[in-house]
This record gives sequence, C-alpha cells and structure tokens, in this order.
Amino acid sequence: MAMSSENEHPVKAFGWAARDSSGHLSPFKFSRRATQEKDVTFKVLYCGICHSDLHNVKNEWGITSYPVIPGHEIVGVVTEVGAKVTKFKVGDKVGVGCMVGSCRSCANCKDNLENYCPKMILTYGTKYYDGTITHGGYSDIMVLDEHFGIKIPDNLPLDGSALILCAGITVYSPLKYYGLDKAGMHLGVVGLGGLGHMAVKFAKAMGLKVTVISTSPNKKKEAMEHLGADEFLVSRNTEEMQFAMDTMDGIIDTVSAVHSLLPLIGLLKNNGKLVMVGAPEKPLELPIMPLLLGRKIVGGSNIGGIKETQEMIDFAAKHNIVADIEVIPMDYVNTAMERLSKADVKYRFVIDIANSLKPI
Amino acid sequence: MKCLNQTHKVFFDSRSVPRAFWENGDEDVTIKILFCGVCHSDLHVAKNEWGFTNYPVVPGHEMVGTVMKVGSDVKKFKVGERVGVGVIVGSCKKCESCQQDLENYCPQTIFTYNSHYTDGTKTYGGYSDMIVVDERYVLRFPDNLPLEGGAPLLCAGITVYSPMKYYGMTEPGKHLGVAGLGGLGHVAVKMGKAFGLKVTVISSSPKKETEAIERLGADSFLVTSDPAKMKAALGTMDYIIDTVSAVHPLLPLLSLLKLNGKLVTVGLPDKPLELPIFPLVLGRKLVGGSDIGGMKETQEMLDFCAKHGIAADVEVIQMDYINTAMERLAKSDVRYRFVIDVASSLSQ
Repeated sequence: MAMSSENEHPVKAFGWAARDSSGHLSPFKFSRRATQEKDVTFKVLYCGICHSDLHNVKNEWGITSYPVIPGHEIVGVVTEVGAKVTKFKVGDKVGVGCMVGSCRSCANCKDNLENYCPKMILTYGTKYYDGTITHGGYSDIMVLDEHFGIKIPDNLPLDGSALILCAGITVYSPLKYYGLDKAGMHLGVVGLGGLGHMAVKFAKAMGLKVTVISTSPNKKKEAMEHLGADEFLVSRNTEEMQFAMDTMDGIIDTVSAVHSLLPLIGLLKNNGKLVMVGAPEKPLELPIMPLLLGRKIVGGSNIGGIKETQEMIDFAAKHNIVADIEVIPMDYVNTAMERLSKADVKYRFVIDIANSLKPI
Repeated sequence: MKCLNQTHKVFFDSRSVPRAFWENGDEDVTIKILFCGVCHSDLHVAKNEWGFTNYPVVPGHEMVGTVMKVGSDVKKFKVGERVGVGVIVGSCKKCESCQQDLENYCPQTIFTYNSHYTDGTKTYGGYSDMIVVDERYVLRFPDNLPLEGGAPLLCAGITVYSPMKYYGMTEPGKHLGVAGLGGLGHVAVKMGKAFGLKVTVISSSPKKETEAIERLGADSFLVTSDPAKMKAALGTMDYIIDTVSAVHPLLPLLSLLKLNGKLVTVGLPDKPLELPIFPLVLGRKLVGGSDIGGMKETQEMLDFCAKHGIAADVEVIQMDYINTAMERLAKSDVRYRFVIDVASSLSQ
C-alpha cells in the first residue's frame, strides 16, 4: 500500500498544497526525508510565487499529479548538514530554484547544464531518486542535495533574492547563451512581469539599451523611471512598432499567452535573435520570409544550470539587482494566485514563510 | 538581342529594351550566357505566386557563361573567362551589410530578374543570350567545375552553403539532417559530406532512399511518415537544413534535434508555419532563416565545390522545353535541377 505523504518520510513537515485542478491551496501535512550524507536541511524563510506554480496547481500543462506543493524560488537557512557536505554549514543562507536532482553523469550534467538533463528532477511534482514525489517551497522545511543549493550573497535581501532563482536565471541564461550581453547592444523585452522586469534589470547592468514591449501603456512610467528601461513600445500601436523596426539585436520574449511573432521579428535587425522564455501552450505562427530575409532566429531557453545560477546571483549581488516584490503571508496565497492570473502584481509575490506558515 | 519571356512565350527584340541597360559601363562585364539553371523561384515568379511579378519577366539566376567585354575599370575579369551570375546584380555598396560582403542582406539589393536598377530600368535574367553585370556581382567560375552542373550552385549552392557556415554546421563528425531532396537538398547532402558530417535525408518519399544513399552519399534516410523510425531518430541531430517549400509541420523536425540543435529553413513556404514553443524552450533549440549569400561567400562556395568535386545533378534541356520543365518542376519531377543549354538552343 502506498505511503501517505505524511508517513513516507521520517521528518514531519507542513506546507500548503493544491489537491485538485481548481488550484485552491490549503494546509497540508507531509514529511521530508532524513538528511542524507550529501544533503542540507534548511528552514524555509521565503518562497516566490512563479507563474509556473499557477500553471501547475491548475494542471494547465496536463502534467500535474495531486496533491502538489508548489514553489521553486526558495530561500532559507541551513539547520543540518550531512556528513559529506562541503558547500554549506549550519546557519548559512541557501537558495533553491527549479531543480533538486539530475543524473550527474550525462554530457549535459557534466557540462553544468543539469537543466537539460533528461533525468532532471524538478523541485516539485517530480519523482525523486527514492520514488517519492518532490514537494516545493510553500512549506516549512526542505532537504536538498547540496549540489543544487545556491549560496545567497550577503548583500542581497533574502525576500528579493528568492525569485532570482527562477525568474532571474530564466532570463540571464539566454542573454549569455545567445550573446545578448554586450554593452551597447539593443535588447527588447516583451512582457513586463516577473521575468520581464528581471530581464530589464540584468540587461541594463550589462550595459545594453533596453526597450520594453508591452500591451499595457500604463506600465510605461514604471518601466522607464523605476526599472531603467530606455524606451517603451506599446505593441498594439502599429505606428510605434513600425518606427522601431530593424532596431534590435535581440528580444527576450517572456509572454506565455499566445501572441503574434511577426511584429517582434520585424523589430530585429539582420542576424537578430528572438528568444522565447515564456511557454505558450499552443504553437505560435512563424512567418518564414522575414526570418530568411534578415537571417534571424527564434530560439528557446529553459532556466539554467547550477553553476550558471550561482554566477547569475553573484552578478546580481555585484550590481545590486534586486527584484521588485510584494511580500505576502501564507494565507493570502489563493488571492495572490488570482491576482497573478490577471498580472496584477509588481512583479512577483513572495511568501513570508517563516513568519506566516503556521502548522494546523 | 532576343529574350524568351517565360510566361507569355513571346520573343521580344532589343528595340523594346532601354538602350542604357545594354551598354557596358566602366565597371561592367558583358557575358554570353551558356547555361542557366531553372530554380524553383523562377516558377514562383513566372506564375506570380509571390504577388510581385512585373511582367514581362525573364527569369533565371543560375547562369554561367563567358566574358565578351569588360569595362575600363574592371579588374577581376578578362575577355574569354568563364564566369557565373547568381541571384543579385546590384546593391547599395555602402550599408553595413554591403560593407561586410553581405550584399544579399542589403535593403537595396537588386535581383537578377524582376527587379530595377537605380535608373529605373528592369533587370532580366538568364533565360537569355547575354547579360551585362557590375563586376562585383560576377563570380569567377572554377576551371574544374562542369558548366552545366555548376550553374545551379549560383543559387541552390550558396543557399545551403551560407547557412551551413553561419550556423556552424561544419564540424566533422556532427550529424546533419537535410529535409527535402530537391535542388537545394541534394546539394546540401553533398556539401554536408564534404564537411565531414554524418548526413541523414529526411523525406516524405520513401522511393528516394536508394538514390540518396547510393548516389548522393547520404548516411541514412528517414521517411517522415514512418513513426517508428522517426521515434528512433529523436534527439539525434545537431542541425537540420530544411529545404521544403510546402507548408509542413516543424514539430517532428525539432524533435529530431539534440539539445542546442539548430533548424535552419531555406525553403519559402507561402504561409506561416506552426512553431511549437515548448520544444524550443526545453531543448534550447532554435529555428533560423538564411537567404542566399554575399558575393565573397558565393565565390568561396564555388571554390569549395571545385575542390571537393561538388556539382549539381542536372537534366540539360533545350530552351523550347522550358514550359514542360516548369510543369515537371511543379511536381518535383526532376533529378535535381533542369539546366537550359542557352547557347545552343536560344536561337535568334
């Protein structure tokens, strides 16, 4: 008989889970494994609410297995370390992003690209090596293979650094891989949410000119005055879009809704790159002529490897890049999810787990 | 001089063409055309399938011939030399693309046919007896390349060579997929083998397999309608050149790519294709385009082909067979390019 979530591991834990595709989250008792020799156990302090959490709890991608405890933008403090742990000691701050395991032996893992390992284990909703399902950061404690722990630099605020572990790396990795990280280049950022606002901040820190492309004209002031974007294009304004044609070296497209690629391809210069980091669930229309005539590309990217994630957060610390967040208590999470679905947040909710997750 | 107008099968004589066009300028070369390849684009333009044909049109942008006259400032060519002319005969020469020898991406590219020079005169292509071209856009035709087999390289050849270089598809031992086995595809196979790649042809026609492997030298052949074979090939290719011009699904091709794989489209479907985003994101894959190549690169390609003995597989035809050839081309009934023997069959 299958063990219940409460009994499958020796250490009691508590979190909030969704039990069905309504996506409604509620208190949930479960358990964590004992600290193995390469594990660190930590008390969760903060957890960001990623849009993927919303997709998952509502089973929008058709892969959710309930109950699910979401959360993969987690920051905490180490309470116990296994005998062979070298990266962390008790009392250290630790961050966890989207992955908690991989095969560690394939070409991708050896290349520090655990995110592309075919056996990559996600922080929640995936089978771990011991056959149990992983549970994410909307919970009080976690046990983690130290390899997948990220050191949080001292000068970054804990609540603001949580979401860098998913949103941050999701945009940082493609900026580097696709060579859109050189001072003086012109980058477009489509969508100004959790991912988009991080892309603006990273790109400005790298010395790029940044244009935000958005459907909402009312985000312009914020984008330019607060986030530091150089220009702002309203995508429905055809005149503005036409004027900006052929001006961008690259575009990071963070939009998950189905949308038109043709105008974005038009904004690119020759050899320009449109990089998709949002994940629309339906295919998009790809006009071929404009790709050909300008030797342009449309590429994708998915989070980043552990080494790169560490590099990214160190870069953030060096340039004082802090995410814009709204800190909420645990019991606000369902309201937060509703607001998130309407993009009503600047720009990420972060759950103050330590101070508001109370066991029932 | 007379030209055969493709769509109307009309002979019109030189008196109807503005005189300025036919005079050889200081930087121009006058070329007697010997052979001209029949590119699928010729068919699209002749039938106005792209909606911008300006009749009468004389197609043909894969031509080889001999130099008859050179202008006073011409440095690259002498009378009697074998030369080729491809898809473009002019560009602005000043923009960033032109300065980087990427005349094909110049916003003011002048195409070999159905285009206009800056003085407003129309350009006419290689289904004709002679052409006058600025030397910058003329290629030196290597001695050891056959004229008939070399002509199609001026469009088909550069169209696949350029992206293979640009997208880094030249590392020996890597695995290249070639989707579509026509004029472009068969040249891509030959070039892929010359670069030391493992080459798999991806096709909807099982009957092309023997040809692909035994004659063209492909290492393997994948029929897109065979689900078991397609499944076995998932995640095995470093890159794919997609030469298919019909609307077709991209998902099966993307699935064949490894992590970081590149799908480069050089065909010209007339409608947008469906692009599933998840496979791009999860595998950090990309879809890119490429459009012919610059002049320097086209010369490099011809020299590469000469060095490796690469020429197109052609069916040589007479000028008056052209309309039948176009019909057969529309049904992909050719291995793999028609080439018009202009010199001996375009009579005065």
